[in-house]
Amino acid sequence: MAISQVAIPEVAPASAPHVVLGKKTAKKKRVIGVGGWLLRVGLAVLFLFPILFMFVSSLKPDQQIFGDLSSIAAFLPIGNISMDNYAAVFDRVPAARFLVNSIGISAITVAAGILVNSLAAFALSRMRVRGKTIILTLIIATLIVPFETLALPLVWWVNQLPSFELTELGFMFTKGWIDTYQVQIIPFIANAFSIYLFHQYFESIPKELDEAARMDGAGWFRIYRQVVMPLSGPAIATVAILTFLPAWNSYLWPLMVVQTEELRPVMVGVQYFFQLNVSWGEVMAYSTLITLPVVALFIAFQRSFVNSIASSGVKG
Amino acid sequence: MRHAKKRLIVASLVATSLVATMAGCAPSGAGGSDGKNGELTIWTHNGGNTEELAAVQAIVDGYNESQDETTVKLQAFPQASYNDSVIAAAASGKLPCIVDIDGPNVPNWAWAKYLTPLDLSVDLDENLPSTLGIWNGETYSVGYYDVALAMFARKSVLAEHGIRVATIDEPWTQEEFGDALEALKADGTWKNPLDIGTGDVGEWYPYAYSPLLQSFGGDLINRDDFQSADGVLNGPEALEWAEWMQSLATDGYIATKSGADSALDFQNNVTAIQYGGSWAAANNAAALGDDLAVMPSVDLGEGTKIGGGSWQWGVTTGCANPEAAMDYLSYSLSPENIAAVSVATATIPATDAAAALVPGFEEGGNLAIFREFSAKSAVLRPETPAYPFIATEFTKATQDIINGGDPQSTLDAAVKAIDANIKSNGGYTQK
Amino acid sequence: MTTTLERPPAASAPRPARSIRPKRDRTSKTENLAGLAMLAPAVLLLALFIFIPAILAFGLAFTNARLISPYPAIFVGLDNFVRLFADAAFFRALLNVAYFAVVVVPLQAGLALVMAILVNKKVRGTTFFRTVYFLPVVTSMVVVSLLWLFMYRQDGLINVIIERVTMGLVTGPDWLNDTSTSMPAIILMSVWQGVGFHMIIWLSGLQTIPADLYEAADLDGVTAWQRFRYITWPGLSATRSLILVTITIQALSLFTQISVMTQGGPLNSTTTVVYEAVESGFAQQETGYASAISLVFFVIVLLISVVQRFLSREKA
Repeated sequence: MAISQVAIPEVAPASAPHVVLGKKTAKKKRVIGVGGWLLRVGLAVLFLFPILFMFVSSLKPDQQIFGDLSSIAAFLPIGNISMDNYAAVFDRVPAARFLVNSIGISAITVAAGILVNSLAAFALSRMRVRGKTIILTLIIATLIVPFETLALPLVWWVNQLPSFELTELGFMFTKGWIDTYQVQIIPFIANAFSIYLFHQYFESIPKELDEAARMDGAGWFRIYRQVVMPLSGPAIATVAILTFLPAWNSYLWPLMVVQTEELRPVMVGVQYFFQLNVSWGEVMAYSTLITLPVVALFIAFQRSFVNSIASSGVKG
Repeated sequence: MRHAKKRLIVASLVATSLVATMAGCAPSGAGGSDGKNGELTIWTHNGGNTEELAAVQAIVDGYNESQDETTVKLQAFPQASYNDSVIAAAASGKLPCIVDIDGPNVPNWAWAKYLTPLDLSVDLDENLPSTLGIWNGETYSVGYYDVALAMFARKSVLAEHGIRVATIDEPWTQEEFGDALEALKADGTWKNPLDIGTGDVGEWYPYAYSPLLQSFGGDLINRDDFQSADGVLNGPEALEWAEWMQSLATDGYIATKSGADSALDFQNNVTAIQYGGSWAAANNAAALGDDLAVMPSVDLGEGTKIGGGSWQWGVTTGCANPEAAMDYLSYSLSPENIAAVSVATATIPATDAAAALVPGFEEGGNLAIFREFSAKSAVLRPETPAYPFIATEFTKATQDIINGGDPQSTLDAAVKAIDANIKSNGGYTQK
Repeated sequence: MTTTLERPPAASAPRPARSIRPKRDRTSKTENLAGLAMLAPAVLLLALFIFIPAILAFGLAFTNARLISPYPAIFVGLDNFVRLFADAAFFRALLNVAYFAVVVVPLQAGLALVMAILVNKKVRGTTFFRTVYFLPVVTSMVVVSLLWLFMYRQDGLINVIIERVTMGLVTGPDWLNDTSTSMPAIILMSVWQGVGFHMIIWLSGLQTIPADLYEAADLDGVTAWQRFRYITWPGLSATRSLILVTITIQALSLFTQISVMTQGGPLNSTTTVVYEAVESGFAQQETGYASAISLVFFVIVLLISVVQRFLSREKA
């Protein structure tokens, strides 16, 4: 069932007499335009300088980083510049392994999360389910519990859960999820923030689309899959980015449940550089390395921010 | 609503039984399954510290080659978060057979029944006392090395301002130190001439500042019975210490929050005197060459006192093969092994026999001075299971004092909290 | 024309004791079940990994549980709460987070909206600006805190700028070490770090406003302010409610910046409720007391969120 056959109600334009744009209004528009640009650039500088600092410092030896801190040189790649810190990072820490771990864990968490959370939000927003207000409130209530509060009971609890592992004797049931990949993924798939975000977004998709689809005989899951989700590009992109971040930044949890080095994610890796004599340049190099995947993901998902409903493909 | 009510009742029953089980299960000690099938795991805090890790790995490899009943595996964790990892593992019952522990935490872990008393085939009398973790009459841990604290300065700067270079037999007195700081501050080159590392939170505060307290005559807790801090942490000597610390800040000699790296600031001449650890000596020496003066800490009344006790190794309860663990530890304590670790980390070797094998620690060597500092003035942080609590209270009290809080009431509040904590844990006596 | 029904003889079949229930609609039952099925994975995961540990954690509030101890925890009733309500640090923490939330919520939400509008235009370089504005959110907290710690020093960058701009008339304070400026310093840094996150959410909300509304408005020659007030602002009502609730919860749960930058000081001027809970639970090993703090925190924030949702729903 193609979307283009569905008609959405035309929005009546605000009725007002047509006004010809005068010269004064045009000039005012240009001033606002320039002002907007100044604001944009000003904000960009404000937000850019720490990244600049991080990257530039990653090229300097430790003593120079601290020496340059008191002047504008902190943001300039001058002095004793080299890639030594990056080489040292890979010597000190299995950075590549950590990166692969984090990318895998975060990607799976996000993908599974989008599915699970949008399904829940769809049910809460467009279907008649008994007790859905209470369920939504309970779900939002889980946003309030700070993770640090849950950490210890959760550690104990996940260790009571059954698991299985592949040994020489075949699949064996064991107890406990400690020191696995799944313990870093599964507890974080369902996420109240994503559900809430999808929920608010779905509320703005006209329910008439559903009705039309149902009249064509579509079941609920089909409506979800073929009507609502394709229109939710911006929401999916937003949820993907905003849930990738906490997954990528997760630090306390892996510290507590991951014991073997091969399973550790990137944030635990940062701590490797903080021993008695901190190697600051390497910290900066490592931090630069771990920022790259997230930025890449963000840029990739930017295209999905394109407005789906508002694009003219949906006109009846 | 009937459904909701029913669910609530079921939930509460489940919750109560879970809490009960957990309360009963969790503190039952380490309860691991490590040590079986001839395999033994060691956890250590030096992830990212390539030299130390390599040295310990070499010992492990040597042991594995020397016999074939047990294979030992080494798992490294980053130091900054090591304690959290161990505690989480204990909470889920998955500790390895051997762990290393920061010295002052040993009584706490021993009391919590994470550690079992050591039963080694080597004589521990030879070890520096600060490398042994003793509580309640039993030895629970042993370390390969110790570290010391010193005052670093530039000889040229001291000479320029007429400040005597302190020696171990004649350390600076409180007045001398005050005069020196006044002269340096008047110079104007350094906004805060002294750096005592106020920006380094964590174990640094108790490690570096409680010896200063002890040099005034105070202490963190009454060491007769370890039951109360009243009178020692808030008595007249402690008040003197607190007022002195506060004056350092109000006179502008120290920054209330120092930079992120005291050694680098010192090397860049942002500060004139650094109160730092022996681990910073190598980098300072590399940057300053012969101009570096390594001096003992200040004698504030009761003699120079510096912190003692560093990372030590212990065996966990619940290890399935404690004999193998003890065997490994005994092997690792040979003079050659201790020397190897000490060389890799530039730390003070735990035994004289090992010291003889480490270049720099012979008479007049550039590192020997730290061994002297340690032997003469090292004091241990209180060997009590209450230590983690005392440490946090002391850190907070010191921060508040340096930031201008009223010294007497701050110290009184700390004492009150510490005493209450000890009482609520039944005096931390052995169970 | 009505047909008069013959009254049945009084002695015939007795009237039923209660009214007969209407037969339940088959499609609404399917809808209910389908909805529950869609909700099931998310609800199950949330129940397993948040509800259960939360109940455990809150249950510990009534015991004297310790992080590590040879003794099992025993029930102590309300002792922890009595101690909590006599603790000056806790009340200072409440005050601090209230102050923080009251300032940050409008400031960060408002600034994020301005930025979202600035980057919503399909002008050249929009992707660049969006990425730059988002960079503080993805940069490692370690790097961010190092830089800001340095910038906030008495002789740091911020005071240097103030001095230049006011030509030496105003000397900046020692931001993080002065009890009156420590919280504002944290506020500035937090807003700087978090605004990109909410900008993304506003952006996805802006995508739901149909472009033809703007086109029609442009034809009528409305001013930028009128566009905003009559089209954008009403169109964002769902997003507004999401942002308000989540930013409030995040503001009240302030922890990481405090832990890294000020450790609650100087003199408790920046301590927060979550920081107190983590300090007493992890550092001081008093898990029972920390759970009591968390439980009180949870109840307070729940009440605030419920009130917020109620108020914002009425407007919509």
